[in-house]
Amino acid sequence: MTHTFAVQLNSLLAALILLTAFALLAQRKILGLVHIFAWQGFFLALSTAVIGYASGEHHLYISSLLTLVMKVILLPYILYTLVRKLKVHRDIDAVVNIPTTMLLGIMLVVFSYHLTAPIRELSNLMTRSTLAVALATVMLGMLMMVTRRHAVTQILGFLAMENGLFFAATSATYGMPMVVELGVALDLLIAAFIFGIFFFHISTTFESLDVEQMAKLKETD
Amino acid sequence: MPASLDIAGFAVLLLLALAVLAPLLRSVRSIQIPLAFSLGAVASLAAVVAGIMTVAAGSVASATMSVGLPGLPFHLRLDPLAGFFLVVIGLVGLFVSIYSIGYVKGYGGVRSMTQMICFYTLFLAGMLLVVLADDAYFFLVAWELMAAASYFLVMYEDEKGENRRAAFLYLLIAHVGALAILLAFGVMAGQSGASGFDGYTFDAMRSAHLSSGWAAAAFFLAFFGFAAKAGVIPLHVWLPEAHPVAPSNISALMSGVMLKTSIYGICRFAFDFIKIFPWWWGGVVLALGLISAVMGVLYALMQHDLKRLLAYHSVENIGIILIGLGLSMIFAAFHLPALAALALVAALYHTLNHAIFKGLLFMGAGAVLHATHVRNMEEMGGLIHRMPWTAPLFLVGCVSISALPPFNGFVSEWLTFQAFLLSPALPHPLLRLLIPLGAALLALTGALAAACFVKVFGVVFLGQWRGHQKPERIHEVGPSMRGGMLLAAISCLLLGILPTWVIGWLDTIPEQLCGAKLSESAGKLGWLWLTPIAHERASYSGPVVFIGILAVVAVTWLLLHVRATSVSRVPIWDCGFVKLTPRMQYTASAFSMPLRRVLGFLFAVREQVEIVPHTNHPALPGSLQYRLRIRDRFWNWLYAPQGDAAYWVARQVGRLQQGRIQIYLLYSFVTLIVLLVFLG
Repeated sequence: MTHTFAVQLNSLLAALILLTAFALLAQRKILGLVHIFAWQGFFLALSTAVIGYASGEHHLYISSLLTLVMKVILLPYILYTLVRKLKVHRDIDAVVNIPTTMLLGIMLVVFSYHLTAPIRELSNLMTRSTLAVALATVMLGMLMMVTRRHAVTQILGFLAMENGLFFAATSATYGMPMVVELGVALDLLIAAFIFGIFFFHISTTFESLDVEQMAKLKETD
Repeated sequence: MPASLDIAGFAVLLLLALAVLAPLLRSVRSIQIPLAFSLGAVASLAAVVAGIMTVAAGSVASATMSVGLPGLPFHLRLDPLAGFFLVVIGLVGLFVSIYSIGYVKGYGGVRSMTQMICFYTLFLAGMLLVVLADDAYFFLVAWELMAAASYFLVMYEDEKGENRRAAFLYLLIAHVGALAILLAFGVMAGQSGASGFDGYTFDAMRSAHLSSGWAAAAFFLAFFGFAAKAGVIPLHVWLPEAHPVAPSNISALMSGVMLKTSIYGICRFAFDFIKIFPWWWGGVVLALGLISAVMGVLYALMQHDLKRLLAYHSVENIGIILIGLGLSMIFAAFHLPALAALALVAALYHTLNHAIFKGLLFMGAGAVLHATHVRNMEEMGGLIHRMPWTAPLFLVGCVSISALPPFNGFVSEWLTFQAFLLSPALPHPLLRLLIPLGAALLALTGALAAACFVKVFGVVFLGQWRGHQKPERIHEVGPSMRGGMLLAAISCLLLGILPTWVIGWLDTIPEQLCGAKLSESAGKLGWLWLTPIAHERASYSGPVVFIGILAVVAVTWLLLHVRATSVSRVPIWDCGFVKLTPRMQYTASAFSMPLRRVLGFLFAVREQVEIVPHTNHPALPGSLQYRLRIRDRFWNWLYAPQGDAAYWVARQVGRLQQGRIQIYLLYSFVTLIVLLVFLG
């Protein structure tokens, strides 16, 4: 595998990650969302491994493996069981309709490219062109959290953001130090447990996982 | 012989140990209270001893403790000024601790004794540490310890909403004040030129050379902060709320001692840190002192809640102390060290005196409350028959606070007047003209205070019982409460008849702060005669006046009792109106009515008279209802608008709280995008 090939492969994977990010925005079924999230994690792990190979930073292999275990197997599995147990696989409704969300997403991607343009000029890393995609993934994840009403989709949005951040770290500096990555992985795992507990409590309290219901908690004067 | 700083340290450690150990003694209630408060008294006594030694020797001792944050050790320092305030705290702490043994028993079985003992000892320890601290960091820690402990003590009877509200108000104003003090220290440390955290020690602040603008900023920030704690008008509103609701032993400590720590702070900032200041600083202090004195006593006159009335008198007396301080600052600014020393001694002497007689009065009020369970003076009367110990001891407090010889209040106010009368020595024509007017206001204050205490003593102790319960059920308080009050009353007398000795003892403070001694001129004619400047000008002899008064009293008593028939007891002449009841006595509101009419514009007075007709004929009224409400105008002028504004702002900000997660997420999303647009 030559260097240019690795760069091209990485660009392809970046494009796939962006594609999955949009797919997350477009998907209406919760189980479908979990699948797409798993795919995003898979592309991310692959991309990390490719970067690790091309740059010679071998600790990225461990990151890649960690991503594979966490984001492709463990987290989707937890979410999958949660969705099955809480019986929430009906279609989900968005605050803003899906075509509009997609348009907003495209604007965010353009915005990210605009933002990272100066960095592309300065950097000499081979991954510099994918930084914009990473930033766009973060923003799309956040957009998903803002526009969806279901608690599980909010969490998926959050995890997608995390994917974007991870990707940004590998693109910008060939990954974070190993200690930080291990910490983040542990945090994610803990977060998944906490989400599980919260989902359970929310669904028993409100008999729904629609976060709109939580507006009832607001104090009125 | 141990060094005075060690003794003071022992006092603090004993108090802190008591706070920690009090919960362990919880199971043995019978010894918990006597043991804790006796040890509290021992600690206070140790503080007094340390203070007396330091002031007498004029020594300065300092130490660095290795506790605190890394790189920020606690500094301690005991100089005569700190020593003097140790004496103030220790003396009142001693009396109140003895008094508390009996007083706190009244709460037995109802409230947690452990809580009282813990916060009481922490409160005393906090006050001692405030005067011992020698760096800004430690000072603020001690200051907050004092504020927090006293907050919980004010809250002691927390089931009443009134108490919680008062405690919150107190905490709020105390924290606003603490914030200002923190800023003042920040200005001092920032301008001291020391690097890193070295600027936070008081030593660095002493040697700092501030530009006049920064010095003024530091001083007035500190003055604001300390004034909030001291209850200087218009920052006094918490005082009449918090003092009545606190247990009386705590009111005695708060009013007698805690307010004085702010006097200490002002002295420290003005005379020790900044040293060179323009005269108008003193002018501001003097003006605020005069306003506090006059307004405080006027508000006090209008009250009929005994403890609230005493709280307003604290405002008045803090005003009198500030008058002395202000004069001292003016004299010092014009380089008149002898006069500055006189005014400073007057202020410090009044600080000590007020601590003792206000402690005595609050203890007396506590005794009355303990016996009658009412605070409203209109429901008291004739207690002199039921409480033969409390009544004369309370009278001593009344005479002292009214500045009448031979007690201590007279001496310090007389010294303040002497300072006023020497103001023509100032090289400034406007001040020469204006300052004597202040003397007139001070005289007015004294007269009004006397009127107020005639009312208090007359309504509470003389006449006949007006209350609802049977007067036979009222009993004199126990020996420890009497003992605490008796010691305070004896101190009032001794400080009143031996001023020359006290001034001789105090002399090291003005010597260090103003560069002049007072005792050379004050004690020229020996210990019998006090001559502040020169004996041709003015002199006062406490012992001679005391013996004179004693002789007059003895002669009168002899004349009345020489024959058994010269005093005879008969029913009151009822003018032929047969149904004379105790309710027909002169009331407290009636007593203050002339002044209310003359000076009513200073208060928000609402008076309502309602006549309920008995028959159809208007000439035969059935009953008459009289309602009187007097409110502090400052509340509506200064505090209510601020409260409303804060509430309005909070409401507007509260609109951000939608209750929908998406909206909250949108806030951060939009913020992120906007920041990226602007910074990207």
